[in-house]
Amino acid sequence: MTHHAPAADSGNYQGPPHVHHMDSATAYSSAKLGMWLFLGTEILLFAVLFSGFFLYRWMYLDDYHSGSHHLNWKLGALNTLVLLFSSFTAARAVSAAQNGDNKGVVKLFSITIACGFIFLVVKYFEYSGKYHAGLWPGKENYYEYMNFLGFYFCMTGLHGLHVILGMGLLYWGLRKAQKNRFSGAYYTPIEVGALYWHLVDLVWIYLFPLLYLVG
Amino acid sequence: MAHSHADSHEHGHVIGLKIHLTILLVLVFFTVITVWAAGINFGNPNFNIIVAMFIASIKATLVGMYFMHLRYESPLIWMFVAIPIVILFIMIGGLFLDNPTRTVPGKSSYIVSRADAAPTTKKSHDH
Repeated sequence: MTHHAPAADSGNYQGPPHVHHMDSATAYSSAKLGMWLFLGTEILLFAVLFSGFFLYRWMYLDDYHSGSHHLNWKLGALNTLVLLFSSFTAARAVSAAQNGDNKGVVKLFSITIACGFIFLVVKYFEYSGKYHAGLWPGKENYYEYMNFLGFYFCMTGLHGLHVILGMGLLYWGLRKAQKNRFSGAYYTPIEVGALYWHLVDLVWIYLFPLLYLVG
Repeated sequence: MAHSHADSHEHGHVIGLKIHLTILLVLVFFTVITVWAAGINFGNPNFNIIVAMFIASIKATLVGMYFMHLRYESPLIWMFVAIPIVILFIMIGGLFLDNPTRTVPGKSSYIVSRADAAPTTKKSHDH
């Protein structure tokens, strides 16, 4: 019998570990580590696009300069401030959750989500402006700086998708806060959601100067 | 920061409003610096991008340290953050080192200039 079960030779094997058997500190640190691991893959995902941008910018510098002039840096700067402020409120929400202030979490995450919405509205006006000016990628719109605008739409589009997903994640945390789920002993969804939102801010911190300013 | 040590919690360091507000103001300040620095003509447009990315990295460090609590995290989390950043530096640093060595026949550098004038010794681009 014993030679059939080499893994269970200690004799008290009770099946695979289960979430409910984890103590809360372990569950908290595993969830956080998991989010950081995911953020690491997100950084590398964007790093590939940045690398492509740097390579083509080196090759077609003049086109990148002229392409960059089609972007409105003031709208980009406005969105930078909106995201920085939203990151601030998300960070405050974590402190509120740690202090067991569920009402504060609801208020602060509502502001954060509203900032995400403002960001998307500004982005919508930028995109529709490009569309009406014929600066949308496509066979009929060929310009020398289309390579730059291709990267612009690809990078800001992927970033915009992260904004939308982040808003959903924050809303999930907000709903839990409405049910008074958080205290100093348990605030994992708030911290993990805020971490994801900060990544959205981090990516934009690099995208704004790269696309709108130095092009 | 001192007051946040007073209340003990099961896990995690609580960051006070004063620190977060200071960081937010510093981030806004560096955003202004970014816009200002992008307008400077360094003579080489690649220098502008390096300056912009450097300022962005200062901002990213502040966000990571104080908004994302990295300053109070364990070595394990630091390692999970450090590894992607090291890979990123190898990839983008290697690209920056490699680009100037690229040549195509008939051109003194890889750069495809629409004006087709003096590809390597760049005349000051009016930005």
